[in-house]
Amino acid sequence: MSEVKNPKLSIHDLKVWFNSGRDKVDAVKSVSFEVAEGESFGLVGESGSGKSTVLRAITGLAPYWSGSCKIDKASLTGRRRSREFFRKVQMVFQDPYASLHPRHTVDQVLSETLYLQGIKDIEHNIVRLLSNVGLTSKFRFRFPHQLSGGQRQRVAIARALAGQPEVLLLDEPTSALDVSVQAEILNLLNDLRNEQNLTFIFVSHNLAVVTHMCDRIAVMRQGEIVECLLADQLGRGEISHPYSAELLEATYG
Amino acid sequence: MLCIDNLWVKFPTSQGLFEAVRGISFSLSHERLGIVGESGSGKSLTGRAILRLIRHPAIVKANYITFHEQNVLDLKEKEMRKIRGRRISMVMQDPKFSLNPVMTIGSQIIEAYRQHNQASYKVAFRNALEMLEAVLIHDPERVMRCYPHEVSGGMGQRIMIAMMLIPNPEVLIADEPTSALDVSVQRQVMKILDNLVTERGMGLILISHDLNLVSEFCDRILIMYAGRIVEVCDAAKLRQASHPYTQGLLNSLPRLSERVPRLTVLQRDINWTEAASVRG
Amino acid sequence: MSNLPIQDWLLSDEPTSRRQAKLSRLFKGWVAFQTNVLAMIGLGILLLLIFVAVFAPLLAPHDPFVQNLGNRLQPIGSDQHIFGTDSLGRDILSRLIFGARITLYIVVLVAIIAPVVGLLVGTVSGYIGGVVDMILMRITDVFLAFPRLVLALAFVAVLGAGIENAVIAISLTAWPPYARIARAETLTIRSSDYICAIRLQGAGPLRIITKHIWPLCISSLIIRVTLDMAGIILVAAGLGFLGLGAQPPSPEWGAMISEGRRFILDSWWVATIPGLAIFAVSLAFNLLGDGLRDVLDPKSGRS
Repeated sequence: MSEVKNPKLSIHDLKVWFNSGRDKVDAVKSVSFEVAEGESFGLVGESGSGKSTVLRAITGLAPYWSGSCKIDKASLTGRRRSREFFRKVQMVFQDPYASLHPRHTVDQVLSETLYLQGIKDIEHNIVRLLSNVGLTSKFRFRFPHQLSGGQRQRVAIARALAGQPEVLLLDEPTSALDVSVQAEILNLLNDLRNEQNLTFIFVSHNLAVVTHMCDRIAVMRQGEIVECLLADQLGRGEISHPYSAELLEATYG
Repeated sequence: MLCIDNLWVKFPTSQGLFEAVRGISFSLSHERLGIVGESGSGKSLTGRAILRLIRHPAIVKANYITFHEQNVLDLKEKEMRKIRGRRISMVMQDPKFSLNPVMTIGSQIIEAYRQHNQASYKVAFRNALEMLEAVLIHDPERVMRCYPHEVSGGMGQRIMIAMMLIPNPEVLIADEPTSALDVSVQRQVMKILDNLVTERGMGLILISHDLNLVSEFCDRILIMYAGRIVEVCDAAKLRQASHPYTQGLLNSLPRLSERVPRLTVLQRDINWTEAASVRG
Repeated sequence: MSNLPIQDWLLSDEPTSRRQAKLSRLFKGWVAFQTNVLAMIGLGILLLLIFVAVFAPLLAPHDPFVQNLGNRLQPIGSDQHIFGTDSLGRDILSRLIFGARITLYIVVLVAIIAPVVGLLVGTVSGYIGGVVDMILMRITDVFLAFPRLVLALAFVAVLGAGIENAVIAISLTAWPPYARIARAETLTIRSSDYICAIRLQGAGPLRIITKHIWPLCISSLIIRVTLDMAGIILVAAGLGFLGLGAQPPSPEWGAMISEGRRFILDSWWVATIPGLAIFAVSLAFNLLGDGLRDVLDPKSGRS
């Protein structure tokens, strides 16, 4: 694994497992990588490869993990995360239909988030957040069921950005969306990253999407990183591990 | 073989009737026809309407849906059951919801086989084994003893395909058969499906949102937008499609070979919704 | 369909203020509820019950407590006493009307206590899990293991007879099923993405339980409570019948049946009239509950 100077996030020998004792399932077996500030790092793999579990371990949503995980050189431990961590690191989930509370309006979602992040002037900030993700204020008082999939994902992104984080963890943010909407969301994410100098960790099963979004890509299989590539290398097909080739083949057809 | 003329599907809502499919016409011979569209374009409803699987309160209307010169819409439910599953089969998106969770896979296949053929248990068992081998399952005897939750998604979908093919249908409607599967398994399942369809000379209607997949496994493609067919083209010539919607869809896909800073975003035109449906 | 402007405003899919969003959701629920005729009948009966209870002194033709032994056991339809009189010559209609107050009192108190206790126990148990879950659920099991009326009887026997104690006893026996429901709902909600998302904003368990889990549990609890309400009224009446609920001369419906029991062969109406009242109210709650389930239950698909 290539060394990164001044890593924003560094993960070393991360292991994640579910259930203890006899039913123990190793979801991630010894994963290490580093992400520089402002970089976009991709994790690609098929279902069960543990790519989403890595994100969940970072955010403290995974039950058991070991290894070291540092954000700005500060080590994370256990499942508890500090307020500062949540201010710095935020996550966007895969399914925009499941990641918004069905009984809360967009307004409620954002104002609660802003309140939790300790941000004053909630009124003004809600309007700002909505316009940042390309939604007009007419969407402000709608319930999730009154929004399309793309609009919901925009709201989810606005929520993640409310506390002005530095690192954004993206767990398959477009796989539940139509391709035309996917293009819009990917463009939005790229714009936001440029404007706010965000660091991305982008998880996806789609090689083309990851290559489009990321500078460096790690290919995962069965809880391990099999290969780490530059996006340009992948685009030119310069890969060495047979599994990556298999994935590439499947994507191209 | 199958002709559909001016098919409408409408749903009553609190704001009046919602027209999900708006007057589409197409025909299918012994070929592989792809129906592509985004969510809400009415592509799945079209497939269901052919098999008369759309329930009240939705309204299905068409001048005719003929299958071998017989209007499906005039048939009684009892006669319809003879066609559904026997002569026109359907593979759904998620195998988990199509298999009975409390029966072993073997007994489900055998039961399905005996429903359609007069056969002893032994013959049915042997045929079930052959079926599973036909969909490239390597150890069919073990799989037959499994319950649906014990097999992977790709395996489940192959089993579904095997079951759908038992009565040797003339038309197979596959509604997003691979979208719940991993990419590497997707192609594999599609190839199996494709081989079986071509070997037996069946007609295939492949409903999907995935342009690449459809262009690879179909002869002809209908592109649906807002309940209408906006374009019909040869699968091989998809890249040269003329309609701006088709072009927009193609362009909005990120490509591995050329990295662009921004993806082209599809600009929707209100006129597309109003333009008359193309006959396919 | 021609709508009034206010209806358009309420049915709008693009609300422009917090208030409109909220009212609009309520109104849509109401519109859906209105289409259910049986539920509307149930609601009508209950509104009538509330009306009668509130205006009891104005509606009752006689004082429900004044005895007139010379006028006892008058049949249905006699002068001045439409529903006749009971064994002490009291007007049954008036007693029925004042009894509505007691029934309503019991219903409201139980409806407040039992689901709230159940919700608290269930959501805390489901959200925190582990040892807390174990302990709370075993306690719930203990309560569930007894037949409700027997347990209520035991409580009343300890606490002493009376309406308040009857309410407490019924509530104590009624909460475990609600705890079970709330816990089951919490378990599915707990692992959902929107709970993860709010946790990632730094929300603590208290906020998550009260602001995110409760609103989703409450609808299924409301449904269950209205459906159970018939049972609760019957238990209250049962306690009254056994002489452990409302004490004479209070015109509780169960106690009225109990009194009328002695004369059931000669003067059937004394027991039958309050029985019909109990029946009507229980039925009304069941119908209402069914209607509410159609509107509130998110699982029954709101497309």
